[in-house]
Amino acid sequence: MIWITLIAVFVIIIAAIAVVMLRNLMAAVVATSVVTLTLSILFVVLRAPDVAMTEAVVGMGLSGVLLAMTLRKLKMNGESDHEDA
Amino acid sequence: MKTHNLTSFVFLAGLVVLLAALLVELPFGHGPMVTGQGILKQAPQTTGTANIVTSVVLGYRGLDTLGELTILFIAATAVGLVLGKQTRQHPIRQGGYILRIAADLLHPFLLLLGVYIIVHGHLTPGGGFQGGVILAIAYFLPLLAGTQNIIQEKLVSILEGLAGTAFISIGLLSMFKHGDFLAPLLGQGTLGELFSGGTLPLLYIAVGLKVGSEMAGLMMRMLQEDEPLA
Repeated sequence: MIWITLIAVFVIIIAAIAVVMLRNLMAAVVATSVVTLTLSILFVVLRAPDVAMTEAVVGMGLSGVLLAMTLRKLKMNGESDHEDA
Repeated sequence: MKTHNLTSFVFLAGLVVLLAALLVELPFGHGPMVTGQGILKQAPQTTGTANIVTSVVLGYRGLDTLGELTILFIAATAVGLVLGKQTRQHPIRQGGYILRIAADLLHPFLLLLGVYIIVHGHLTPGGGFQGGVILAIAYFLPLLAGTQNIIQEKLVSILEGLAGTAFISIGLLSMFKHGDFLAPLLGQGTLGELFSGGTLPLLYIAVGLKVGSEMAGLMMRMLQEDEPLA
C-alpha cells in the first residue's frame, strides 16, 4: 500500500512539473489529466471511492475536454494546420 | 524580478512547512472524525442506504446538494450568456475512420455505465454527479470525434428544468409531510436492494439528469462557432 502511495505521489509531482514546463499546450492539458487520474488512485488507496470517481470523471473527463476545447477555440493548440480532431 | 522570485520562494517554503507539520500531526488516511462516527453508526438505520456517502449527500446534507446544483446552474448560464448565441453549428473537421467508429461504439456503453452509476448511487460508490457527467460525455464523445450532432438543445434545456423542479418538489413534499426539507419519504425498504432508501434514489436520478443535461449544454455551447465581431 505504501508503495502505491509513493509511486502515485511521485507521478503526481512529475506530471505537475511537466504541466508548467511543457511548451506544447495540448501536452500540458494531457499532463493535468495525468495529475488528476493519479490523484484519484490516491483517493482509492485512502478508501474514498466516491471521491475517486468524482475526481476521475470531473477532473479528467470534464476539465480535460473543456481545456482542450478552449485551446481549440483560441487556436492555440500548437500546429493547428494538421491536427486530427 | 529578483524580489518576485524571493517572495515566491518564501511562500513555497512556508507552504512546505505547513504541509509537513500537517503530515506529522495527522496519521495518513485516518482523519479526525467526530461527526463521521455518529453518522456511520446510525445512517443505515435512519436512511436505509447501503452507501453512506449518499445518505450524507442527499439526506443529512441535502440542502448543500441543492446549493451545488444551483452553483452549477449559474455557471452554465453564465457560460451560455458569454458564449452561446444560437449560431450555426461549428463545422467540425471529421476525425479519422477509427476514431469515429470507436466513438460511436463507446456511446451506448457509456450511456449504460452512466445510468448504472446513477441508479445504483445508494448502493455502490458513485451517484448523480458522477453518472451525470458520464452521461454528458457519452453524448459528447461522438460530437467531438466529428460524427453528426445528436444533442437537441431544446430537449436538453427542458430536461434540465424538469430535473431541477423534481428535486425541489420532492424536497418540498417531504417538508409538508415531515417538517424537514428533503427528509426521506416512502419508507426504507431492505438495506442493499435496488428499491430501497426511500426518496434518495429518486433524488439522485434528478441530480444525474440535471448535471448531465447541464454539462452537455455547456460543452455544446463551447463547440458553437463564434460570430465574427461586427
